[in-house]
Amino acid sequence: MSTLRREQVAHLARLAHIDMADDELDRMAGELDVIVDSIKSISEAAGDDVPATSHPIPLANVYREDVVGETLTNEEALSGAPDSADGRFKVPAILDED
Amino acid sequence: MATATEQIVSFDDAIARYDPVLGFEVHVELNTKTKMFSSAPNVFGDEPNTNVTPVCLGLPGVLPVVNKQAVEYSIKIGLALGCKIAESCTFARKQYFYPDTPKNFQTSQYDDPICFDGAIDIELEDGTVFTVEIERAHMEEDAGKLTHMGGATGRIQGAEYSLVDYNRSGIPLVEIVTKPIEGAGARAPELAKAYVAAIREIVKNLDVSDARMERGNVRCDANVSLRPYGQEKFGTRSETKNVNSLRSVEHAVRFEIQRQAALLDEGGSVVQETRHWHEDTRSTTSGRPKSDADDYRYFPEPDLVPVVTTKEWIEELRSQLPEPPAERRKRLQEAWGYSGEEFRDVVNAGLMDSIEETIAAGASPAVARKWWMGEVSRRAKVAEVDPSELGVTPATIIELNELIQSGKINDKLARQALDGVLAGEGTPTEVVEQRGLAVVSDDTALLQAIDGALAAQPDVADKIRGGKVQAVGAIVGGVMKATRGQADAGRVRELILERLGVHG
Repeated sequence: MSTLRREQVAHLARLAHIDMADDELDRMAGELDVIVDSIKSISEAAGDDVPATSHPIPLANVYREDVVGETLTNEEALSGAPDSADGRFKVPAILDED
Repeated sequence: MATATEQIVSFDDAIARYDPVLGFEVHVELNTKTKMFSSAPNVFGDEPNTNVTPVCLGLPGVLPVVNKQAVEYSIKIGLALGCKIAESCTFARKQYFYPDTPKNFQTSQYDDPICFDGAIDIELEDGTVFTVEIERAHMEEDAGKLTHMGGATGRIQGAEYSLVDYNRSGIPLVEIVTKPIEGAGARAPELAKAYVAAIREIVKNLDVSDARMERGNVRCDANVSLRPYGQEKFGTRSETKNVNSLRSVEHAVRFEIQRQAALLDEGGSVVQETRHWHEDTRSTTSGRPKSDADDYRYFPEPDLVPVVTTKEWIEELRSQLPEPPAERRKRLQEAWGYSGEEFRDVVNAGLMDSIEETIAAGASPAVARKWWMGEVSRRAKVAEVDPSELGVTPATIIELNELIQSGKINDKLARQALDGVLAGEGTPTEVVEQRGLAVVSDDTALLQAIDGALAAQPDVADKIRGGKVQAVGAIVGGVMKATRGQADAGRVRELILERLGVHG
């Protein structure tokens, strides 16, 4: 019983900018299906009285005071950049957005 | 892709046939000392990529921590917009691929914004009030700044590569989203401008943002759609991005109404898309159509825990709110006794603060208004700057007024003293001394001038002697001319009548 269709996987791959071949899409559709089914069992275990949560520990309000801390130097900031110029990261022109 | 010149119809024709519906997303950069999720400084204009930490660069293994001040500023904005404040809310990742965000997602809020369901009254220049409902105001972070290189115009078209500065990446933003605004009709462009102006004023008054539009502290995306009158269903909307001056907001809304009307007139349909605003041609061009790339796959940010508010916290913040700008205006107008029109002129000239300070320093409301709205505004107009930018301070006005009150100078000399202040000659008192401006109060000198004036106009002198006291004005004029305006006209009149043995 596949609930995740191949086209949906292709759509997700496109959104995530991942190139996938046809056979990979087939295989991934099956694998993701198993994962989704497994996760589903959680909603069976949790009743209506259990609120949805994004964190395993019930923690809230973790804050930082508005005080300036240490920063990277320009050289440090750019040290991992594939390319740079004028103290800035150099990237290919991307035309489909502006 | 940009298309050729768009067809438009006249604004009046467009409004005669179609009912515009507006919506705004205004991004406000907060003026916290540090960024939203990292302790990097929030400063404009520094050397590129120096105000960054590993969090700002999205390096692996970093842990963002929420800036408490930014949360409090966000709540203050919500309270000032009449919003409800969420008891609990979370952050979410908005996924997209573009080099302005090094993480490939923007940390934002999704279905539980911190502020929601508000409303503000927007007053147009003629005093008409529109209520704009606020859908939500949520917390998020700004993106880095891209500079496109190699293209002829510095725009993305034709660019060979782009340079990225992440100093702006992670600066706290509050995005304020309105509900659809209906019923503005022909006043839609004006309302658009007034709405953004009101938001700017509110955040500036709260001191949670520098609110400088030219620096991008307040940025507006304007949604416009048209529908036939009487139709309930909204038409397809366009979203004009990054309209970053008040004048542009007004013009962009006006242009979109004219453009969409032309499309609908020909039986065509409006494409749901983002559009770019061009200040030079005062028009918009097609940007990017709505596509499946707009599926941002929001999910709860696992690295940040929920923000939970308490009544006490919110009330504490509410007690810190300054007087709302609209209420302050009402209070000042009543206190100063200005007419509605006089007061609006003051507000539109941007001189309310200056006049308030001048009055607080001891001037009467009439004197403060006379100087700021008269002499100062006139000189600002000539210099083509805002009156508040001329360099005149409330202290200048107070000093000029005191010099007049003490009888040292008259109105005419005070205007010359003001010119001297603007020319950088110092304070009014210094200008008066250096230029030798002083009312001639030495009666001997005055009598000399009076005799001269009487001799020059013997026929007038005879008339006055004959009882025609109103003719004295001509002699007073002659004396004032002879003393280059440095005499007290009232005293001159007395002395002339005395000289001629007439009782005024």
